[in-house]
Amino acid sequence: MELFRHTNYDFLGKKWPFIIASLILTVAGFASIAIRGGVKYGIDFKGGALMTVRFADSPPLEKIRSVIPGASVQNFTDPQARNEVEIGIELQEERELNISRQKMETALATTFGQPNSGKLDFNNASRQALVERLREPLARNGVASSEPQIQKLAEDLLDYRNTPPRSGLITDFNQLSSVPGVNAGILSTLKQECYLAPYTVKGTQMVGPKVGADLRNKAVLATLYALAGMLAYIAFRFEWIYGLGAVIAVFHDTLITVGLFSIFNEAIDMTVIAALLTLVGYSMNDTIVIFDRIRENLKVTRREPLEAVMNKAVNQTLSRTIMTSGLTFLTIIALFLFGGPVLHAFSFALVCGVIVGTYSSVFIASPIVLFWHNYSDQRRRPRAAVVSPASRPEAPARKSPSRAAK
Amino acid sequence: MKKNLTARTVVIGITMLICVFGIIDIPKSGADVAKNIQNNIRLGLDLKGGTHLVMQVQVQDAVKADADQTADRLKEDLKKQNLTWNSMDVNEVTRVEDCDKIALTIKGVPATQSSAFRSLVAERYPGYVLTVLNATDYSMKLKASELLDLKSDTVKRAVDTIGNRIDQLGLAEKSVQPYGSGSTYQILIQLPGVDDPARAKELIGTAAVLEICDVKDGPYPTRDAALAQHGGVLPLGTRLVRAKPRGTSDGEQWYLVNKAAVISGREMRNARPGQDDMRKWETSFNLSPDGGKRFGRYTEANIGNKLAVVLDGQAVSVATIQSKIEDSGRITGLGSEEEAVDLSRYLRSGSLPAAVIPNEERSIGPSLGADSIHEGILAGIAGLAAVVVVMLLYYKRSGVNAVLALVFNTVILLAAVSYFHAVLTLPGIAGIILTIGMAVDSNVLIFERIREELRTGKSVISAVDTGFNKAWWTIVDTHVTTVVSCAFLFLFGEGPVRGFAVTLTIGLIANVFTAVFVSKTIFDYELSGSRQVQELSI
Repeated sequence: MELFRHTNYDFLGKKWPFIIASLILTVAGFASIAIRGGVKYGIDFKGGALMTVRFADSPPLEKIRSVIPGASVQNFTDPQARNEVEIGIELQEERELNISRQKMETALATTFGQPNSGKLDFNNASRQALVERLREPLARNGVASSEPQIQKLAEDLLDYRNTPPRSGLITDFNQLSSVPGVNAGILSTLKQECYLAPYTVKGTQMVGPKVGADLRNKAVLATLYALAGMLAYIAFRFEWIYGLGAVIAVFHDTLITVGLFSIFNEAIDMTVIAALLTLVGYSMNDTIVIFDRIRENLKVTRREPLEAVMNKAVNQTLSRTIMTSGLTFLTIIALFLFGGPVLHAFSFALVCGVIVGTYSSVFIASPIVLFWHNYSDQRRRPRAAVVSPASRPEAPARKSPSRAAK
Repeated sequence: MKKNLTARTVVIGITMLICVFGIIDIPKSGADVAKNIQNNIRLGLDLKGGTHLVMQVQVQDAVKADADQTADRLKEDLKKQNLTWNSMDVNEVTRVEDCDKIALTIKGVPATQSSAFRSLVAERYPGYVLTVLNATDYSMKLKASELLDLKSDTVKRAVDTIGNRIDQLGLAEKSVQPYGSGSTYQILIQLPGVDDPARAKELIGTAAVLEICDVKDGPYPTRDAALAQHGGVLPLGTRLVRAKPRGTSDGEQWYLVNKAAVISGREMRNARPGQDDMRKWETSFNLSPDGGKRFGRYTEANIGNKLAVVLDGQAVSVATIQSKIEDSGRITGLGSEEEAVDLSRYLRSGSLPAAVIPNEERSIGPSLGADSIHEGILAGIAGLAAVVVVMLLYYKRSGVNAVLALVFNTVILLAAVSYFHAVLTLPGIAGIILTIGMAVDSNVLIFERIREELRTGKSVISAVDTGFNKAWWTIVDTHVTTVVSCAFLFLFGEGPVRGFAVTLTIGLIANVFTAVFVSKTIFDYELSGSRQVQELSI
């Protein structure tokens, strides 16, 4: 099977619509960022407390907002519909870390749980808490067990609770009867000592604002250095303008993706940075494959205009571009659809990145090299040549960028 | 190139064996395989669940304490030499960055004693720099090098102390280490499986400060009773501390103690439980020479008085001074072995040289981790399956090469994670995804090249050779560029960014091996049998 055989599209001739589209996207992204008052950072970079809570039924968003003032409550609209929400509070001070956590936990417990019942909330209990809670009642109820047995029991119970599809939340104690070693005596002790809150706190992240800013700066700095490193290597292997073109294209991809994050109101956190790095690598790979082909073609056909050489290279690599991008896109769509909330922002960035990264190699990186060569050719051409248009088609021999190759 | 086909096959075979061994060891049963994989491929806290804490060491506490002690010693030295002064103060700072602003200010030293004072300081306190403020006032500051040593030593001791405390938890895996660049004085604590950070922090003792204080009065049954005894107002320089008597769940006691500690945790060197001649339990302890001298003077003067061991503002033990104690002493008459063990633990672990406060705290519940793995694996399998199907459809027999190369690549990558004892985190998985993307790309590049060569009418064997040769330099350029960027990410990035860089670098190196070397070898095998291959399934 072959999809593209002997294609001969004039890609470079159609660069303007794409460059303009890129500009519009970039401007739209910046406008969105400006309207929203800056890039929306996740807790990692902004500093704050973020709690991931799963509810048994669809989460009462308004109620959560009313009991935790100042909190942003975000519902996950993932296909699994697991009733998860993220509750976030911004923090101004490092010292508030502990207070805000307690505040959120207490608010949730008093609104949705039964903190005054004197029972332990099974859905939010840690293993140690469960062991301590059950030890004496079990003995009283005649379920004689040694310490390791109790530890094992608590571990098994919580393992069962945490395994998908329960994912940390059970709604009925009788569900636990399928756990090995659980008998009627244990179940009745559990019912007597514990209750089931209709929610479970799946994770809490708290980052001091200073640390957040620090993390952000370091990540940005590391990425910039990495870009500079790539520029240097490509400049060494090709020509400096190729390095610049590639880096500008990659930078363009990153800008557009960040803009799209703002347009879709997604927060940028550490996993998104990982995704951005991935897309930088991906887009760079794509660009180099095309540049490499241009370099190879230039060695054979020195007399053809650069634009034609570039078009030929893009056409020659078209099949591989479509294959690779298509396959990568397939993987990432799978990640986006089935990856769950943790991978949501990550795969979103990659979905944007693959599309933008693929076309930027053709319509951003290559035109930059082309513009520069046309510009320097024109300057190098003697004045007389400009007067007589007849000599135009004969471009002077270009410096082949292959001097460092092989 | 075909001559050393056997040698190449052996190299590939051995590599794969080593890698598979790295991932699953030598399994004795089917269940062993899964267990060994779990042991060898260690997952990060974001996938497994656990608590991740970054604590800021308040190094200024230690600098301040050092200045305070110096002030005490200086006062004694000055007295011995009959030098006089009006006041001696150490300023308070609240921020870590302001450490170097801590200074000991001595005011009102008579101008006539100036030279004697200065030579005393120069001789006895070489670690300090003396600045003359005016004729009678002076300022002393730690030398820059000494300050740096003290600060890094403080972090080191905090790491040790916190490590010891967490050891007492009996956690299988934990990690406590200095974090960030040298000037941030942070500690990273990772506790896999501990999903209850409140408990973890309780153990770490976020601000655990150990003091041995002079007991003025007590015990009282309640705080109010203690206050009532003193007319509702505490005497100057004292405070109330709560004590929880051992073995009883109720009935707390309150003691009135001197605010200024006789001995602080800094001076506690060691403590261990033991039994006396009567086989009664006791805890013996050692103090630093400096602390021992002060403690000796104090206990000598206060025989019969009570002392309280106060940990974080709570009295964990109250004992009566029976004799002069210098640098080693015993707390006797303890009720049980447990009490002795606990008390020695308190004394030892109380020696956190400075308070630590949390800067960052992430707790991933085990169910969130389980969900992530579950979904990540599901998505990964779905994505890979799609790739495999498309490759086989599009490149037919040659697609098998690509799929094999992909499998080998993943195996090598996982083996490297296992051998390097690296931890697989979410950003690390991002690195793996990019690796797989580039691995597929390398194969696609090669195959497309071979197809092109075939179209020009070359024989199969020469088309395969030329295809590989021409694609080689493209693959080198894309891979080296990415490895270069990874090097920068690793050098300048932190935590998650580094994890990404490491897995990606390993993956790319593995990819050059699998996509080029392994894939070429498989092609050569297919073509070596019949010299006159007419068609290649590609």
